[in-house]
Parts: sequence; C-alpha cells; structure tokens
Amino acid sequence: MLKQGENKVETACGGCAAAGCGSREPHRRAGGEAQKWDYTIALAGNPNTGKSTIFNALTGLRQHVGNWAGKTVARAEGYFGFNDKKYRVVDLPGTYSLLSTSLDEEIARDYLLFGEPDVTTVVIDATRVERNLHLVLQILEITDRVVVALNLMDEARRNSIRINERNLEKDLGIPVVPMAARRGEGVRELLTAIEKTALNPPAVEPRRFEYLDAALEKAVETLTAQLCETFGNLPNARWVAMRLLEGDESIIAAVRDKTLGTKAENTGLQFPQLAEVK
Amino acid sequence: MTLDKLKAGSSAIVTKIGNANAERRRLLDLGILPGTLIENVMASPLGDPIAYRVRNATVALRREQARLIEVEEINTTE
Repeated sequence: MLKQGENKVETACGGCAAAGCGSREPHRRAGGEAQKWDYTIALAGNPNTGKSTIFNALTGLRQHVGNWAGKTVARAEGYFGFNDKKYRVVDLPGTYSLLSTSLDEEIARDYLLFGEPDVTTVVIDATRVERNLHLVLQILEITDRVVVALNLMDEARRNSIRINERNLEKDLGIPVVPMAARRGEGVRELLTAIEKTALNPPAVEPRRFEYLDAALEKAVETLTAQLCETFGNLPNARWVAMRLLEGDESIIAAVRDKTLGTKAENTGLQFPQLAEVK
Repeated sequence: MTLDKLKAGSSAIVTKIGNANAERRRLLDLGILPGTLIENVMASPLGDPIAYRVRNATVALRREQARLIEVEEINTTE
C-alpha cells in the first residue's frame, strides 16, 4: 500500500536542477504524496529503453534503474504536478508485445488494456526504432491517446543514426518527442505533449490496420458482444475477442476463470516498497 | 537451411518460422519474421546460445529456437 510521505522528495527546484530538466515553470514532483490526481499516465515500452529513467525524471523518485532487461517486474507509481494538474505515473515492466508470454509482460499488458490510463507514453529506443515500433502499433490498436517518447537520442547520435521525428509523427498520427532522459533532454517537451493529449484527445487519426475479412469480422463481433455481456463494461473487448480466436492461452484462462480485467488495478507493488530495492 | 546452421559472421534472410504457437509468437515479437535480415554475431563459450543481430538489436537464441527458423544464406563475399 501507499504509505504517506515515506518517499517524499525534497521538492522541486533542487531536484529539477540535478535532473537537468531545466524547468522554469511549475513542474512539481512528489513521491508518496497525492492521493488524488487528474490524469493517469502509463509508461510502456520494450525492455531497457529508459522507462524508469523517464519515470524518475517526471516524479523525482528514485525507482531502481539499471541497464538490463527485466529489472522492473512490477508496477511502480509516482505523482507529479504540471500546470495546475496532478498526474499519476505508472511505470510498467518492459514488454516486446501485448501478446505476452511472461508474468511481468502480463502485468504490463493487463494494465494497458484494462487499467485505462488517460495517456499511454510508449518509450522507444532511438537506436532500434524498427523493432520498437511493433509495440507502438499494437498499443495504437487499443488506444489513440498515445505519446511516443523517442528516448536514447544521445546514443543514436553517437551511432550516427538520424531520425526524422516529424515524419514519424505524421506516419503514426501521434506526438513523437525526442529525448535523452538521462541528461534531462526532452523532459519538458514530453510533459507538454502528455498534457496536450490528456486535455484534448488527439486530432489526428492514429494509424490502424484493417486486416479482417468478412467472416472473421463477424466472429469477432459475435465474441465481442458475448464478452461484454459476461464481463459488463470491459474495455477493449474487441481486442480480447481477437486473442481468443488466435488461441492466446493466458487470455483464454482469464476468460474461463472470470479474472479477465480484474488484475489491472491490483497487481504489483506500489512504489514505496520498491524504493527500498537497491 | 535452418538458422542454427548459419556460421559465425554469416548473414541470412528469414524465409519461414516454424511450429509451436507461443514460441513462434515470441520470435515474431522480437522482430524475426519472414524477410528479416539476420546475422550470426557470436556464440557463447559453450556454443549455445548464439547471439544474432536482428534490426540493429542483438538477440540470443538457443539452438532449439534457432532450429525453428528457416533461412536462406546470403553470400556476402562477392
């Protein structure tokens, strides 16, 4: 559970300068504080793309950061304020796909599908854009409130990789923010993009795939209706229907024992416990 | 041939990913799909797993996983 105050970070200015986000305007950060928030931001992305670094830059917390995959195994939560709004940030374990295979990937998937964050920030590795875009497109199938954090731009520069982020933005139909989070580059721009998406759902049509033929479409519709009947107001029922047809075992099991969607809000540890991990 | 037969330093194009559902899914998620360029970068000390370069990322695959992947070697010497 969230214990009040335990992780409170000596606030704004000192911390901001250290993180180098160069914030002149109010970007208040508070760890264990804030039981109420206006918007929830999920941080998703492939393993080892810098999600936790961004989480720390946003919240001023010190969630354990390390250069290996699978370090964040449960959700971590923190809070910050920006332009009079309070945000809750949920740092998710890294995942290559929403069609998950391991427990930590399942935690990420369940949260993205059923936790209904107001904005999903997908952190991608600027040196491996192609591979990372797979998850971006999967997430765009379930929500259009997405901001892409194109992180590790410093590494991309070092490897002479150049990315036309405006074109990427146009192709995807969602904001793409270049960042080097460990140097504090792009943090303000990310905050602004998140704020924009939270306040006004995107004006551009995000990229979607249409790949169903008529018979399949009908099967998906039938199943979707049945799922809604059984599970009430289930977000992303259509996505679930497609996984059932595909034979995804973890989804089938969750439907069978009626736990589908119930794990989103109560899996994982809250941040104060994780803070102790060294 | 299958990917496990690809020698160190050689490259190939993936033509097919065989068999088992979850395993296949996983390989696809890692960006290994038909048409993908894949290179054998190096083997671990015991020769298994082997590190492959895929889409600018390095992925370690066990021999039994590599055996699921059909590839066509590309001749890089000429």
